[in-house]
Amino acid sequence: MPQSRLTGSRIRERRMVRGIRQADLARTVGISPAYLNLIEHNRRRIGGKLLVDIARELGAEPVSLTEGAEAALLGALRDAAGRRPDQDVELDRTEGFAGRFPGWAGLVAAQHGRIEELERLVESLSDRLTHDPHLAASLHEVLSTVTAIRSAASILTDTTDIDPDWQARFLRNVGEDSARLTDSAQGLVDYLEAGSDVEETPISPQEEVAAFLDGIGFHIPALESGEGDPEAMAEASEALHTSAARDMAARMLARYQADARNMPGPRFAAAWAQSRDPGQVAARFHVDPAAVLRRVAALKSGPTCGLVICDGSGALSFRKPVEGFSIPRFGTGCPLWPLYQALTRPSQPIRTRVEMPGRTPRRFICLAICQPQAAPSFDAPPVFEATMLILPEDPMAETEPGLPVGGSCRVCPREVCGARREPSILSGRG
Amino acid sequence: MAKKVLVIEDEPNIVEAISFILSRDGWDVSVHANGETAADTVRGGAPDVLILDVMLPGRSGFEILQELRGEEATADLPVLMLTARGQKKDRDLAARLGVTRFMTKPFANAEVLEAVRDLAGNPAS
Repeated sequence: MPQSRLTGSRIRERRMVRGIRQADLARTVGISPAYLNLIEHNRRRIGGKLLVDIARELGAEPVSLTEGAEAALLGALRDAAGRRPDQDVELDRTEGFAGRFPGWAGLVAAQHGRIEELERLVESLSDRLTHDPHLAASLHEVLSTVTAIRSAASILTDTTDIDPDWQARFLRNVGEDSARLTDSAQGLVDYLEAGSDVEETPISPQEEVAAFLDGIGFHIPALESGEGDPEAMAEASEALHTSAARDMAARMLARYQADARNMPGPRFAAAWAQSRDPGQVAARFHVDPAAVLRRVAALKSGPTCGLVICDGSGALSFRKPVEGFSIPRFGTGCPLWPLYQALTRPSQPIRTRVEMPGRTPRRFICLAICQPQAAPSFDAPPVFEATMLILPEDPMAETEPGLPVGGSCRVCPREVCGARREPSILSGRG
Repeated sequence: MAKKVLVIEDEPNIVEAISFILSRDGWDVSVHANGETAADTVRGGAPDVLILDVMLPGRSGFEILQELRGEEATADLPVLMLTARGQKKDRDLAARLGVTRFMTKPFANAEVLEAVRDLAGNPAS
């Protein structure tokens, strides 16, 4: 079983903190001191029963010896190396580097993260000019008002024999349009200034809603009790700056409230713990399976899980992140996600084990279903929405390999993939 | 009898200004503000020149232009398109759809007047 070799460093550190001699620990778990020494210096991989035995002797959970910040650090270092394929980076010594120079390694990883953040910002800003409806509407409003003022002013100055009634009318128009221009220009400036605060301010309504959810969490007690008012909550939120974001958040909260009403927390938690089958739980509460998937992701004491929802075009409309499963901030995800398979098979539940790339692949059970949404009229074309619950598998569990998937093509290291739509910046580094 | 100009624009003060300058120049001006019913108004009004905004309620000027170009009666109607969207892709789209003249906001009254005269000649002839 592949494990991060940094596990050895952690075992050594914990052993020394607890004052246990290497030879004593080795003897207790039934291996030679020399072999334990190799493990502690990350020259032998460790897993299974031996890891469990050592963890027990050290008073630790096995997962705490194999998971954590170091895994993320190693992933970030490998990603950073993949960014510059022209540099001859010693990828095979990544773990040694992180182990010997954790401070420098952390700095490299942090710089890499910052570069990614700035790249996403550039991407979204360029996207914004093309697709931001609010910006387009604001600019249109400003230009139209300027046109009206210019035309009226031109008539007033160029027409020497203008009728007094027309003169009064155009003077009034100029006055009205000037006030309108002041408002729309100020609104545009506010909008652009808000967008320039990259540290704190989201740059699209979708991001505002994401920031809002990050702030309140994915379990919302006020809506569980039925007392909360979705519209009032959205209006009162300081994280939602635009009316578009408030509308989106209010709709999402209303759906949450309806789910909570149909599947009250304690009863639902008990039902889910008992069956773990969305279809059975859906039948019990007389709801559709997608509602069950959403509800699982909203449970306070439920499983650690992620959730993504997309519309028929594949655009992600909801993202609840879960560690190890890469969900892109912009655009669509990996075409191989069961979420997208579900789109091709409406109403057919899909349960698939997937595997995220990495030296230590992370496995997840994905439960996905695509369902038609309420149509505005009988003969309107059907509108579909797909929902996918992402349940991490125990990294210690012996499971079959999963379907190889990624986060998005741009940062996916898989070289051979029939679903690839653009080259990866990690090309050749998988 | 004066030649007819139909102005399809939803910004009332722009409509008023354009109507004023064209009327003073001798054109028979009528106006319409709704994108959804604009094509019907063109068919019913049989204008000599159409001034068409792009961003209209209900339907875009591009869609209206496309529809008009598909009909024999309006296939060659001179169309002056006015828009705040002056990007190349918008100009290209308008050209592909068969626009006669493309003008971006903010424009000068004299430019509109000159364009209409170019497209339809003398208002009284």
